[in-house]
Amino acid sequence: MDLTPDDVRDVLRVLDSSGLDELHLETAGLTLTVRRAGGGWTAEQQVLREPTLVPSGGGDGHVRPPEEERPAAEVGEGLVAVHPPLLGTFYRAPQPGAPPFVDVGDAVESDTVVGIVETMKMMTPVHAGVRGTVVEFRTANGEFADADAVLLVVAPAGGGGAGGQHRGGGAGGQHRGGGAGG
Amino acid sequence: MASTGVAGRVASTGVVERVADIGRIHRLLVANRGEIAARVIRTCARLGIESVLAASDADLDSLPARLADRVVRLGPAAAAQSYLDPAAVVRAAQAAGVDAVHPGYGFLSENPALARACGAAGLVFVGPAPESLEAVGDKLRARSHALAAGLPVVPGGEAADLAGARAVAAEVGYPLLVKAVGGGGGRGMKLVRAADELAHTLDLAVSEAAAAFGDPRVYLERFVSSGRHVEVQVLGDGTSAVALGDRDCSVQRRYQKLLEEAPAPLLSDVLRAQMADAALALTRHLGYRGLGTVELLVDRERDTFYFLEMNARIQVEHPVTELVTGLDLVAEQLAVAEGLPLRLRQQDVVLTGHAVECRINAEDAAAGFRPSPGRIERVVLPVGEGIRVDTHVQGGSVVPPYYDSLLAKLVVHGRDRDDALARTRAALELLEIVGVTTTAPVHQALLADPEFAAGGVDTAFFERFLAGVH
Repeated sequence: MDLTPDDVRDVLRVLDSSGLDELHLETAGLTLTVRRAGGGWTAEQQVLREPTLVPSGGGDGHVRPPEEERPAAEVGEGLVAVHPPLLGTFYRAPQPGAPPFVDVGDAVESDTVVGIVETMKMMTPVHAGVRGTVVEFRTANGEFADADAVLLVVAPAGGGGAGGQHRGGGAGGQHRGGGAGG
Repeated sequence: MASTGVAGRVASTGVVERVADIGRIHRLLVANRGEIAARVIRTCARLGIESVLAASDADLDSLPARLADRVVRLGPAAAAQSYLDPAAVVRAAQAAGVDAVHPGYGFLSENPALARACGAAGLVFVGPAPESLEAVGDKLRARSHALAAGLPVVPGGEAADLAGARAVAAEVGYPLLVKAVGGGGGRGMKLVRAADELAHTLDLAVSEAAAAFGDPRVYLERFVSSGRHVEVQVLGDGTSAVALGDRDCSVQRRYQKLLEEAPAPLLSDVLRAQMADAALALTRHLGYRGLGTVELLVDRERDTFYFLEMNARIQVEHPVTELVTGLDLVAEQLAVAEGLPLRLRQQDVVLTGHAVECRINAEDAAAGFRPSPGRIERVVLPVGEGIRVDTHVQGGSVVPPYYDSLLAKLVVHGRDRDDALARTRAALELLEIVGVTTTAPVHQALLADPEFAAGGVDTAFFERFLAGVH
């Protein structure tokens, strides 16, 4: 268990009258450093105790599925990979059930929204970043994408140009309200 | 649900506890994550209740997982397969052998299906009855309950089709809002400025509501141009109810609250009393058992208030109420879930001083509040009299990208509002979360703003404030 706020307050009462500026406390389960700072006090606490897992818990029984190693993202020569502006869950449509922003074969401009990424319940639009035609989707709707994942591949208009990378940035996230409760 | 009568388990009376034991909670599943999980676990420890945290794969090594007595795996990181899956929660509860489930806030906390599934599995759901969840979960039904209980509601009504919408609009006037019946928390709302926009916006709202909430129904409401979000904390045991003061949550960005305070500043005593009475009337009308919040919209121009919605769960901002009342709301929640009658009467509720809560989120305000997940290097928190920080992170914690961005709540209690604000400013100076970008600087700027310091800002204030800062 960690120390409760009441415990820390008790420690402070002792310290306040002691003239000490710092106290470092270490037990089997935690470390706590209390410091005089400005007119008050700060605490830095570290709970060391490891979680105790209930055996054969819910779900499928696996404690932690191994992370799948994915091959380095490569796109064909002359094609451009579109990456998420930040890691998150990729959605191809503005709402569940709505038609996708773009599909394979669609022409896109550099500012065309090709999807959205949900990170911490905030929606950030993904822009194509390049003028051309959508060749394929590498990340499925609803799939989690790391920052270096390839969401889709675009063949730039007018041919030419070496293979490229684009981080489909958007200015600022769009908050999706709700879920977090009031 | 808890099935005991009121034959009490008040230890001091020496009543034999055999009957009350039916509903007594010995081992509790915390079916949530983040700071609220840590918060519930803390009360369990204090009360001698064994806590079992239901954690997704992303949270198995989180601070709440270390604080809980035990941890049970809930499912994959994606919330839809873990924190949002009632079947997974019940499976985890059964695997851990708990007798009750605390749903926290968000996720499944107001989901009647989880409440029912718990009941069917013989588990106590720490929350209101499924009927109450249904009564307030649907906006139109909640509105009709509020009307039946005598509460003022924002003028408006259901719009089954364009003709119906035009009829309601004629009564309400413009501008008005089109709201999805299944929406809430700012989702599914559209502004109609003038009559010529009505048909188009209604069409759009209906199709979006159908896609987003699986329910195409919408209704119209007068748009209150300058409103404050004030809410009343209530607690009911199914028969009687108490009001535990109010909170002002008007500092919002895109309907997300950033800073809350209790009590709501600059309200007349008459209005404040009317709001508490209204909240109690609705709670009693519903025969509500549990902790709840009645959200009200204070119309600054008309100096009146309207019912907005009722939240049938513990709120993020509950600590400001705890600091001014001296109560542990989670403990009260557990007690009524056990089937106990309320342990306090209205005259026992005494408010002392003023409390402020700053939500410290992993977001970069300078970049449009862009999310900032990642690994936390250090967490240094202010401590001292009247300072409380509810958090789920420490040095080494990973903030996963799957869930909301709330890292910590800095909650500060002062003699009065000025004192609380001054102490909050000082405490913010000492708070240090290294490794991810946080919203702490926004709070510092906000607390230095004269309009905010004067009190009573409306819900549009913060966006204006931001526009001035950047």
